[in-house]
Amino acid sequence: MSLESVMQTLLFGLFVGGIYGIAAMGLALVFGVLKVLNVAHGELLMFGGYISFWVFTTLGIDPFVSLLIGIPALFLTGLILDRVVFRHVVRLAGEEKIKNSLLISFGLTLVLQNLALRVFTADDRTIQVAYTGAGVSLFGVMLPFARLASLIIALVTILVIHFFLRRSYPGKAILATAEDWEAAELAGINIHRVYMMTFALGASLAAIAGTLVTIAYGISPTVGLAWTLKALIVVVLAGTGSILGAFPAGLLLGVVEALSGILVGASYREVIGLVIFLAVLLLRPQGLFGRT
Amino acid sequence: MQEMTLPSTPWVWYRRWLAPALVVLLIMLAGLIPKLVDKQNVWNLFFLICLNITLGQSWNILAGFAGQTSLGHAAFFGIGSLVTRLLWLDSVPFIAAFLVGGLAAVAFAMLIGAPTFRLRGAYFSIGTLGVAEVLRITVSQNLPLISTMPAVQIAGYDLPLRYYAALGLALATIAAAWLLLRSQWSLGILAVREDEEAAQASGVHVLRHKLLALAISAFFAGLAGGIFAFQQISYYLSAPFDPTWTFDALLIVFFGGLGTLVGPVLGAIFFVLVHEQLAVRLVDVHQVIFGILFILIVLVFPGGLVEAWERLKKSQRLTRVKNAIRRSLFTHPDRT
Repeated sequence: MSLESVMQTLLFGLFVGGIYGIAAMGLALVFGVLKVLNVAHGELLMFGGYISFWVFTTLGIDPFVSLLIGIPALFLTGLILDRVVFRHVVRLAGEEKIKNSLLISFGLTLVLQNLALRVFTADDRTIQVAYTGAGVSLFGVMLPFARLASLIIALVTILVIHFFLRRSYPGKAILATAEDWEAAELAGINIHRVYMMTFALGASLAAIAGTLVTIAYGISPTVGLAWTLKALIVVVLAGTGSILGAFPAGLLLGVVEALSGILVGASYREVIGLVIFLAVLLLRPQGLFGRT
Repeated sequence: MQEMTLPSTPWVWYRRWLAPALVVLLIMLAGLIPKLVDKQNVWNLFFLICLNITLGQSWNILAGFAGQTSLGHAAFFGIGSLVTRLLWLDSVPFIAAFLVGGLAAVAFAMLIGAPTFRLRGAYFSIGTLGVAEVLRITVSQNLPLISTMPAVQIAGYDLPLRYYAALGLALATIAAAWLLLRSQWSLGILAVREDEEAAQASGVHVLRHKLLALAISAFFAGLAGGIFAFQQISYYLSAPFDPTWTFDALLIVFFGGLGTLVGPVLGAIFFVLVHEQLAVRLVDVHQVIFGILFILIVLVFPGGLVEAWERLKKSQRLTRVKNAIRRSLFTHPDRT
């Protein structure tokens, strides 16, 4: 195998990993702050993907620009879902909360998936833009513009989230609530508003991930669970408390998967992710970047 | 006033044998269905009820008794059906293929259970969900085939035989759950559900009890998959790995009552009947309705039908007591 093709595989691993990172960050944010495990995260991603698909096909708006519609739409969806469904789970204690949130979001997965089947039909949808397939060649390694732009958007997103969480008042309130909600409430933070904001923010991140998925692979109503799983693997990899660590962990998973694809063949690639997941759970349950 | 008097001896005798007699009667009735009704679709309905009782009860053993919420029940069901189908169509006797299918599911469950059980409950849920989905993808990528029975099998296809097999399996699963609850293991398993740390502190080997519940659960889920493979004339080999099987099991158990013996049975009957009605009338959205119903049950009524019945009984007792008090207060003593 030539050096170029290995480099090419590595690069595509990075491209895929960027999407993993964004998908996982939304999940990690919700899990870290609400302590709720939303298995329907992949379905939110799927809806985000469909929004950019429909905006592109009906209005002819570039899929990257369609994020300006997709993000607010999913933000609103997140607000509604938190208000209608997850608000009732947040009150429960510890393990009970995680368990019930798992069950409820599992039900939600089926609702959203079948709703999508009904509304969007089961067809695979792909986006063909003018620059699809175009790219530059660098030392024999192909750099497609669309994928490069996706990775840049992912990087910009993580920077925005980073500065939002660390610098702004609402961001600090979110981090404080993640640390200790009781202390945060005593300090005068309206934690229910924080929960609502966080869930909506997680859904918005799913919208970004969904758009990137649609540009790279296309979208269909049944992709949700597979992306939830990828996001879960990344969250475990990063360590469940780590919100910003989800991004590098996503990149890592992308690269490892791409390389293992060469070794064991593409049809068993999914198994590798699972093996990594189990191995990390066994050997380093606090995650690669987590503190004990 | 009669309710307030102490029951006489024959009444106690009667009460004691009422439930077992009813169970025997129901089993006999279930056994006679193919003789009593000569309709293919009725047989099919009863077959589905039995299959779903097995599916629900096997999930209940793990999630209801041991408190380990598996979201990957479809994996065990799928492995059972895949192994049974491939062996059976490869001219291995069905019974042997069937048992190997169940054992394969157990072996797989142990493989996934040992690492994930070492951590808190949620990781087990995620782990099982992940396993089921990865298995589904891997199977559908490597075996994207429709498995069809050979013509000889189809010619001699015997639905009542399938029904009896499913009925026997359903009864065996219920019996296993019942025996488990009566065994010395039950205390440990229930203790693990109630409070893991406390169980550990009082000397219960938590991991061993979890693995035991998982093994029994996976075994019967695998056998249910085997029955599915036995009954279906043709299907995609990856279909039994679909997460809807997990969801059906969850729905059945929550309908009936989590952690109870009769819950999954009631839940399965209710589920199959409603499912048939909805699937005919609202083909596209029936899963959406089930999903919403499930969310509502978990949020509002986590005890299911069994709890509803208990509440009803309690309220009856309450009105009985109320009536007795009212009578004693407002009726003149001379008239009684």
